[in-house]
Amino acid sequence: MCLGIPGEVVEIYDDRVDLAKVDVSGVRRAINIGLLENEPLAPGDWVLIHVGFAMSKIDEDEARAALEFLEGLGQAYDDEIAALQESKID
Amino acid sequence: MRFVDEFRDAEKAHVLAARIAALCEPGRQYKFMEVCGGHTHTIYKHGLEDYLPEQITLVHGPGCPVCVIPMGRVDDTIHIAEQPDVIMTSFGDMMRVPGGRGSFLDSKAAGTDIRMVYSPLDSLKIARQNPDKHVVFMAIGFETTAPSTAMTLLRAEAEGLDNFSVFCNHVTIIPAIKAIMDSPDLRLDGFIGPGHVSTVIGCEVYRFIPENYGLPIVTAGFEPLDILQSVYMLMLQLSEGRTEVENQYSRVVPWYGNPKALSVIGRTMELRPYFEWRGLGFISHSALRVREEYARFDAERIFEIPGVRVADPKACQCGEVLKGVLKPWECKVFGTACTPETPIGTCMVSSEGACAAYYNFGRFSRDRIKEASGV
Repeated sequence: MCLGIPGEVVEIYDDRVDLAKVDVSGVRRAINIGLLENEPLAPGDWVLIHVGFAMSKIDEDEARAALEFLEGLGQAYDDEIAALQESKID
Repeated sequence: MRFVDEFRDAEKAHVLAARIAALCEPGRQYKFMEVCGGHTHTIYKHGLEDYLPEQITLVHGPGCPVCVIPMGRVDDTIHIAEQPDVIMTSFGDMMRVPGGRGSFLDSKAAGTDIRMVYSPLDSLKIARQNPDKHVVFMAIGFETTAPSTAMTLLRAEAEGLDNFSVFCNHVTIIPAIKAIMDSPDLRLDGFIGPGHVSTVIGCEVYRFIPENYGLPIVTAGFEPLDILQSVYMLMLQLSEGRTEVENQYSRVVPWYGNPKALSVIGRTMELRPYFEWRGLGFISHSALRVREEYARFDAERIFEIPGVRVADPKACQCGEVLKGVLKPWECKVFGTACTPETPIGTCMVSSEGACAAYYNFGRFSRDRIKEASGV
């Protein structure tokens, strides 16, 4: 639950400035980006996601290294991805 | 390719370990606490203690949000879930945490509607879809998670929802660190600071650790090399006679945190006079409650909460584990009566709990088993 997982921003919604669609290990879901309102996001940017919210912007190398590490965690990461998959934030 | 990467990492880890060893003063023992449960997980998974010289011990701190929730709050949540037309929601990690009257899963089996959600915003959606029910989000977590609850409260207000509330159990890390330092049970030489909590609160807030307690703290990332590097930074400070706040995880953690996140917490929540922590007892100003301005979204004001204090099972030594006084394998029921399948204490439930991490990874290390049998 306390995991921060990196995701790549794939879409910014014109009608909902507080949301963005991200891709996390192939799972695409909307997350809230309201906590990063001072850092404009664009597709291709990477963010650290925690319980459906982008917590900080991170660079791509950091994101890939973190993803590789998280995938190695096994169960804890699988649970997080499964939970994200169930999420329907709008 | 992966093997090559791992080999390179292992090589780097050995280089760091050698540098750390070179900084150890002969005959001196060093004890560093990793505050965050995510770090505990990495340490056991990668057997990092085996890389470190014997003079250095890593002890596990209270930074596992599920682990520090007292049994009484689990019972209070179940009590709310038992009220008519209530849908209770919480994070998956909470579902198996034992309370005095069983876990959320037990309560669900007995007929309450307790659902697991990924995000508090999912709870909000359930509220929108069920206008004839009242949906409660049982909020837990340190400052990493509190901004998400705060944003959800603001959203509920903006939408004018009248069937959603938060049962707030958010805790704050600084008072817990102070409680540990003021406890006579443990003498520490420094802290590995939490990574993701610090993305919100920043590093400046840890200044009291060197100033008031004369100890170094290094905020660290979650990969094995991050943790080894932060131990190296702590050792370097001690060997040079410095005690400072340093940020090993600056690629993610801003020095002053996330001002927006702090401001939404401040708008919707305030410090409680005191809160009970499992193992640490009552700590003043260590938890958050919903502000009066948001009373209509506060489950504690909407429902009558029993608020009964429930003592931990006698056999359970989670308290000592959370304070870093006991290692998981030193607990009497570890791995026998208490396992991840049938947990007695919270530290065995969450994947960030020291006992679960040690049970899943550490116990296979021969050195540790030797150590355990010697206890």
